[in-house]
Amino acid sequence: MNLLGKLDWDAIPLHQPIIMGATAFMVLVVVAVLGFITAKGAWLYLWREWLTSVDHKRIGAMYCILALVMMLRGFSDAIMIRAQQALAAGGAEGYLPPEHFNQIFSAHGTIMILFMAMPFVVGLMNFAVPLQLGVRDVAFPTLNSVSFWLTASGALLINISLAVGEFSKAGWWGYPPLSELQYSPGVGVDYYLWSLQISGIGTLLAGINFVTTILKMRAPGMSYMRMPVFCWTALAANLLIVAAFPVLTATLAMLSLDRYLGFHFFTLEGQGNQMLYSNLFWVWGHPEVYILILPAFGVFSEVMATFSGKPLFGYRSMVAATMTICILSFLVWLHHFFTMGASANVNGFFGVMSMIIALPTGAKVFNWLFTMYGGRVRFSVPVLWSIGFMVTFVIGGMTGVLMAVPPADFQLHNSVFLVAHFHNVAIGGVVFGVMAGYNYWFPKAFGFKLDERWGKASFWCWFVGFYVAFMPLYLLGLMGMTRRMQHYDNLSWQPWLIVAAFGTAIILVGVVCQVVQLVVSTRNREKLRDVTGDPWNGRTLEWATASPPPAWNFAYQPKVAGLDAFWNSKSRAQATKDEPMPTRKYEPVEMPKNSATGFVTAFFAVVIGFALIWHIWWLAGVGVFGAFMTLLAFSFRRYSEIEVPAEEIARFERAHQAGVAA
Amino acid sequence: MTEARHERAPGDRPSREMDASAPSEFLVYTIGLFVAVLLTATSFWAANTSLIWPGGVALGLAVLAIAQMGIHLVFFLHITSGPESTNNVLALAFGVLIVFVVVAGTMWIVADMNGNMMMPSGAPMSMRMQH
Repeated sequence: MNLLGKLDWDAIPLHQPIIMGATAFMVLVVVAVLGFITAKGAWLYLWREWLTSVDHKRIGAMYCILALVMMLRGFSDAIMIRAQQALAAGGAEGYLPPEHFNQIFSAHGTIMILFMAMPFVVGLMNFAVPLQLGVRDVAFPTLNSVSFWLTASGALLINISLAVGEFSKAGWWGYPPLSELQYSPGVGVDYYLWSLQISGIGTLLAGINFVTTILKMRAPGMSYMRMPVFCWTALAANLLIVAAFPVLTATLAMLSLDRYLGFHFFTLEGQGNQMLYSNLFWVWGHPEVYILILPAFGVFSEVMATFSGKPLFGYRSMVAATMTICILSFLVWLHHFFTMGASANVNGFFGVMSMIIALPTGAKVFNWLFTMYGGRVRFSVPVLWSIGFMVTFVIGGMTGVLMAVPPADFQLHNSVFLVAHFHNVAIGGVVFGVMAGYNYWFPKAFGFKLDERWGKASFWCWFVGFYVAFMPLYLLGLMGMTRRMQHYDNLSWQPWLIVAAFGTAIILVGVVCQVVQLVVSTRNREKLRDVTGDPWNGRTLEWATASPPPAWNFAYQPKVAGLDAFWNSKSRAQATKDEPMPTRKYEPVEMPKNSATGFVTAFFAVVIGFALIWHIWWLAGVGVFGAFMTLLAFSFRRYSEIEVPAEEIARFERAHQAGVAA
Repeated sequence: MTEARHERAPGDRPSREMDASAPSEFLVYTIGLFVAVLLTATSFWAANTSLIWPGGVALGLAVLAIAQMGIHLVFFLHITSGPESTNNVLALAFGVLIVFVVVAGTMWIVADMNGNMMMPSGAPMSMRMQH
C-alpha cells in the first residue's frame, strides 16, 4: 500500500516554465507576507484579532481581502487567455500548450465566480447587513467564522493545484463525459470537485446564518418594510443560497461517486445520463448568478439614495422586484442548454421565462434613474461605479434577452458572443457593484476614506477597458468564433482579438490603480480620517455608529421608526438641536467569545480535500477525525460569551461623540 | 416583529408563562409518535391487502404518505397556522415550491430530451452519425 496515494514528485510540473514561474511568484508573495508579519511581531495580534475573530465586520473584511487576492489570480488567467488568443492565429500556436490553456480558462471561470465574486458579495453582506439591521452580530457568530474559513480552504486548494498536480481542464462547470475518469484521469477535476464542495458547504452555512439573522434579529421597530434595500437583496440572495447550493453539492457528489467508486450517474455507459448533470448544474448555476447580482443591486440602491440625497424611488417596487427575481431565477435554467436537444415546447417555455425575468430588473433600473432625477447627485467614486453599471448592465441585459430567444441562441450558443454577454453582466453588474460597495463601506470598516482620484482613475480604466475588451467579442461571436479556442485559422479574427487584449491591458491599469488607491489611502489615512462615522451623509443605520464600529456595533440598541432610520433620526436631531442631549446610561454588553473553531475546522477541511484528491485515504481519515474533534471541543466549551463593561462602552461613546461634535 | 411569543429555536428553554399556556411537550410528541406509527402500520397493511382494488393501493399509499408529512410538520416540527410561525410557513412554502419546480422541471426536461434524441429504432443517437 502506498502511503502517499497518487502523490509523487511527478506531480510538480517542473518541466513547464510558465507554471513554475507562477508558482515561484506565489511562493515568494506568501513568504514575503509571512516574513512581514513576523518582522512586525504581529502573529499574536493576527491570531487574536482576526483569525479567531467571530466579529461579523472582521469576517466580512477577510472575505473581501480573500476576494481581492483571488481577483488578482483570476485576472492573471484572463490576461493569459487574451494574450494567447491574440497570438495564436493561422499557423501560430501561441505560448500556451493546449492542456495548459484548458486549465487556465477552467481556473479563470471557477475562481472568478466562486472565489472572487462569491466571497466579495458575502463579505459585503457580512459587513453591512447586521449594521444596517441595527444588531450586534449575526445569528450564529462562530458558524460565520467557519463559513469564511471553509471558503478560504477551497481557494487554498485551487491555489495548491497550481503547484502540485494540475487543475481541471473541463471548464468551470465540469460537464461529463469530459469530466469523468475516462476522459480526465488526472487530479484536475478532483481539485475542482473538492474545492467547490468545501467552499460550497461554507457558503450554505453562511446562507442559513444570514436568512436567520435577517428574519429574526432586526432592531426593535424595524419591520420588513423598513429594512434597507440591501438587506432585502441579501435576504433574497441567501434564500437562493439555501435553496440552490444543496443541488450543487449533490450534483458534484454524484460526479465524485462516478470518479471514485465507479458509479454511473453521468457516464456514457452503464445507463448514465450526462445531460442530467448539465440540467442539475444549471439548476444551481442560474440562481447562482442572481445570488451574485442581487446584493450588487442592493449596493447600487444604497449608493444612489445616499449620494442623491433622496429616499430611494419606489422602495416597494424595489422589494417586489427583488423577491420576484428570487422566485423567477429558479424557472429559467434551461436557457443555458437550449441546444442540448429539448423540443420547441420546452425551449419556448424557458425562453419566455428568461425574457420575463428581465422585467423586474428593468423596473429596478428605472427606480435608480428616478432616484437620481431631481436629486443633488455627488459624483463620488461609488456613484461612478453605479452609473457605469447602469449603462453597461443594460447592454448586457439586452444581449441576454436576445439570447433568450431559442432560435437566436442556436446561432450564438458556445460562441464568444455568449462570453461577451456574461462578462457584460458579470463585470458590469457584479464587479462594478462590489467595487461600489467597497468604496462606499471602506470608511465604515477602517475609519478612513479611500482616495478619490485613484478611485476615479481605476473606475475609468475598468469602464473603458471593459468596452475595449468585450465589444470585439460580440462581433467575433457574430463572425462565428467559438469559445475556448487555443488557436484558430481564421486570420480575420486576429485584429479584433488584439483589440480585446489591449482592452485587458487597460483593465490591468485599472487594477493597478486600485492597488495604488489602497496604498495611497492607507498612507494618507490621517488626512482621510472619518471621525463622524457618517462620511457620506448616509441614510441607514450603519452610519449611526463610529467608524470603524466598536465590537459591539451600537452602544444601545437603535429604535427604528421608519424607512431610512438614520436619516430620520438626523432630521429629528436637527429640529431639537437646542435642547440638551439626554444623558444615557450605558449597560454592559454580552459579546460572543472568539473561537479558533473556524480556523481549525478549515485546516482539517484542507487536509481532507488534499487527501481525497490524491487518494491518501489514511490522511483523509485523520482530517475527518480532526474536524469532528474540533466540533466536539466547540460544543463542550463552557463560556461562549464575554461581557464588555459599561464603562468601556461609555468611554468609547464619549470619544466618538467628541469626534462628531468636532 | 419580535412579538412572536411561541416561536423559539430548538433547544431553547421555554419560559414559564409559555409553559402554562402551551400543551405539554411530552403529550405533543407522544400523540405525534402514536399517529405516525399508526400511519406507517396502515401503509404496510395497505401495500399487501387484497381488500381494495389493486389500482387504488398506490393512491392509498400516496394519501398516507402525505398525511405522514402533515403529522411530522405539526407534531415534530411545530408548524402551526398562527401568526407566530409565519416565517416557518413561508419558508416551508418556498422550499416546497423550489423542490416542486426542480423535480418537475427536471423530469419534464430529461423526458423530453429522451424522446427527442432517440432514433426511430429506439437506440440513442450516436454522435458519430450526425455527419
